Amino acid sequence: MSDFGGFSDESIRRYGRQIILPEIGGKGQRRLLESKVLLVGAGGLGTPNALYLAAAGIGTIGIIDDDVVEISNLHRQVIHGTKDLGIPKVESARETMSDINPDVNIVIYKERITSENAMEIIREYDLVVDGCDSFATRYLVNDACVLLGKPDVYGSVFRFEGQVSLFVPGEGPCYRCIFPEPPPAGMVPSCQEAGVLGLLPGVVGLIQATEAVKRLLGIGTTLKNRLLLYDALAMDFRYVNTRRDVGCPVCGDNPEITELIDYEEFCDVHF
Amino acid sequence: MGSKVRIPTALRKFTGGQEFVEAKGSNIREIIDDIETKHPGIRAKICDNSGALRRFVNIYLDGDDIRFLSGLDTETPEGKEISIVPSIAGG
Repeated sequence: MSDFGGFSDESIRRYGRQIILPEIGGKGQRRLLESKVLLVGAGGLGTPNALYLAAAGIGTIGIIDDDVVEISNLHRQVIHGTKDLGIPKVESARETMSDINPDVNIVIYKERITSENAMEIIREYDLVVDGCDSFATRYLVNDACVLLGKPDVYGSVFRFEGQVSLFVPGEGPCYRCIFPEPPPAGMVPSCQEAGVLGLLPGVVGLIQATEAVKRLLGIGTTLKNRLLLYDALAMDFRYVNTRRDVGCPVCGDNPEITELIDYEEFCDVHF
Repeated sequence: MGSKVRIPTALRKFTGGQEFVEAKGSNIREIIDDIETKHPGIRAKICDNSGALRRFVNIYLDGDDIRFLSGLDTETPEGKEISIVPSIAGG
């Protein structure tokens, strides 16, 4: 039992069923407790990530989001409740996560992630989980992660469909390698306009959280170099192969993007 | 020759809600032409005015991105599955 050295009795009881997994053990659990993960967004995808990564014992979890809880969020953002209406999502999330696991150091950022703050914030973390809700922020998070060499667990949802992948700079493609440019503004409806099955981000977010834990522990086969496509209506999980584009403007052989750009402009007027 | 093409939910309004359509063509360009003939309006969502594949829509032939094959000229042997996968951003 020397592998469990250094854990309190309560920690052994809390994480015991995870520690007894040979792939994790005391060493792996300690690694999780020493890990720092940033969640971009405390909404549909942020919810399962925040709940389960806190429960799993990720030592430090940062959450950045500038929204307040609205009643239209509650069919999928179950980290928040009716009592939380009107309060900042990051505060509501922190309260729920602290209740699940008081061991976790929760750092909240009640602001939008921007080209001005992204590098400074992301630099502090080992891994980023992208659960944002706009193309502009996805390209921003991607580029910042590439520039800082941080793994980015990508997930997105639309109506009944979800996508998940793991982007690791230097080891595989980035988001831009897969989707080089965003759609023109207004061409693709948002979830607010087109709708989203409330259960969908629960499934997709938990796959992201699983990939985050596997990457932090260095176990299993991750979604690096693969894009998972989930169709809830068909209850179908498929994979397509992804690969680094040598001409990618941010992670290619001769990158043009060497610092963050104006992503609102990139996404609005590119076409 | 015929291919089975998977349509994403965002484009199923053009296919009467069908998840799969059958299309004929020896390469991806011809396959798209055939889908457009049967389901008018869908091509504009996949290709731009010059006929090039839009940069936020991917087409996979048996799981491989045609951008890394021969693009729209990628040959489509019978029995291969073609998937259209657009970029989505909801969270």
